[in-house]
Amino acid sequence: MNWLQKIMTPRAPTQASAAGKGKVPEGVWEKCGGCGAVLYKPELERNLMVCPKCGHHHAIGARARLLSFLDEGSAQEQWASLEPTDPLKFRDSKKYRDRIVAAQKSTGEKDALLAMSGKLKGRPLMAVAFEFSYMGGSMGSVVGEKFTRAAERALADRSALVCFSATGGARMQEALFSLMQMAKTSAALARLRDAGVPYISVLTHPTTGGVSASLGMLGDLNVAEPKALIGFAGPRVIEQTVRETLPEGFQRSEFLLEHGAIDLIVDRREMRDKLADVLGLLAKAPRAA
Amino acid sequence: MNPNFLDFEQPIAELEAKIEELRNASHDQAFNIDEEVNRLREKLKLKTNEIFRNLSAWQVTQLSRHPARPYTLDYIGVICEEFHELAGDRAYADDAAIVGGLGRINGRPVVIIGHQKARDTRGKVRRNFGMPRPEGYRKALRLMKLAERFGIPLLTLIDTPGAYPGIGAEERGQSEAIARNLLEMAELKVPVICTVIGEGGSGGALAIGVGDRTNMLQYSTYSVISPEGCASILWKSAERAKDAAEALGLTAPRLLELGLVDKVVREPLGGAHRNPRSMAVRLKAVLLNQLDELGALPEKDLLEQRYQRLRRYGAYQE
Repeated sequence: MNWLQKIMTPRAPTQASAAGKGKVPEGVWEKCGGCGAVLYKPELERNLMVCPKCGHHHAIGARARLLSFLDEGSAQEQWASLEPTDPLKFRDSKKYRDRIVAAQKSTGEKDALLAMSGKLKGRPLMAVAFEFSYMGGSMGSVVGEKFTRAAERALADRSALVCFSATGGARMQEALFSLMQMAKTSAALARLRDAGVPYISVLTHPTTGGVSASLGMLGDLNVAEPKALIGFAGPRVIEQTVRETLPEGFQRSEFLLEHGAIDLIVDRREMRDKLADVLGLLAKAPRAA
Repeated sequence: MNPNFLDFEQPIAELEAKIEELRNASHDQAFNIDEEVNRLREKLKLKTNEIFRNLSAWQVTQLSRHPARPYTLDYIGVICEEFHELAGDRAYADDAAIVGGLGRINGRPVVIIGHQKARDTRGKVRRNFGMPRPEGYRKALRLMKLAERFGIPLLTLIDTPGAYPGIGAEERGQSEAIARNLLEMAELKVPVICTVIGEGGSGGALAIGVGDRTNMLQYSTYSVISPEGCASILWKSAERAKDAAEALGLTAPRLLELGLVDKVVREPLGGAHRNPRSMAVRLKAVLLNQLDELGALPEKDLLEQRYQRLRRYGAYQE
């Protein structure tokens, strides 16, 4: 058993049910969303949820993501007690309060963003990640506040900030509070920019809406995982608006790279190496081993 | 039904038509009908009052999109004694869904930027129904930077269903264009006053909406998503837009109560479209006041207060 498995064991079943779409017996086996190969789940997890056969990037939970990204044993979760409230007493077909309870139960997280301080190849770093399985990784007040605190901490410590996004955008149930998180997080990033503290935005599948149109696209470097859906409007909305079929590969990482929206595409398995290298250069530090 | 009136405005339309009819008749005939006209005018006022006293969130949404509602250039025409529209993002195109330029209010130079809608079909297409593409936001940013360079305050007027969800818009980086404006506006070194005059549609509105003050006209709306969009996602039916409008709390008084906007500017009886001039004069007075307040602050304090203002947005517990 490796270190990642040790940490992940209690949560593994949740992620299996969230990611498991194929008709494969639950738990141990997982059908690859890319090539259809039946994969041994523990092996897939060891490979950061990337198919060893075709390289397809499956969803990875925020906690597993951060723990695998940061140096082993260095990660310390921050602001874990931040929780959503229901300022509007929002109710659609379900109450927002009930949706919160259900999401907390199924993910084991308080809200859709996790923050950890830690080290990347020995260099201190703040890292945050969106939990997509928590209400579609949507950004409400807690996500905005936690992101802003992480940015402010990075500024105070003069350590880099890295964000892994996976989100459908703003959280409708918090209405205008959610929209304002776009302004709040962007203002915090403006301060990092002024101070010359690096911010790297890693866009993972999917990143759309209000998050893409704020903190997602504001990286000193905008990095994407392969074939991630990234855009402002969702493909369905665009299709309904323009009434034509969207071009092949539209709004995928490779499309964004071609159109100049992102700096580079990085395989999840190489993320640590790549980001450590570029952050080392931005810090004018020697290359980390 | 009069197409220039909303369904709940129809009693107003009928009374107005009656008054008009009587007044036309009085040209031809000898007898005096002033008394009857005055009686009807009084009735019209009472009726309008009655209708507007208890508007639902959905009715306000309809008012914010009223076909006769004044648009950015209508306000500029009244507020400014001079205005010079400036075009283009210097990179790709001039987006007519956003207008902007240099103006003068009571002798004071300002830069004004706003979404622009149109009333006729050709105009609507040219203005893209007030839905900007990235080049619109980049034009806005260019003008904000112009304001900053010359130390001129910035006024923005918000009135859009949202940023345009199209193929070209995505290709040219709609997300980046909006995000960039949020970041730059947060630190623009001049006073920034934002006013929602009609529809405040999500990120497309916020992209010119970050500043030191957020005003809303009484019957404008500001929301993270349109009621129709929200209903089709959460209720799985756009028919439930009425319920969504209520749940989203998108009206000016509600948002003031929640601390998300700073000031509600009262509209003339029956809405801004009943008396655009008086609406613009009221807005001008509010803007001049705020320009005075913000103009008195040293730059450092202005920016710190703006940051703390943005910083406070949110409702959470720990």
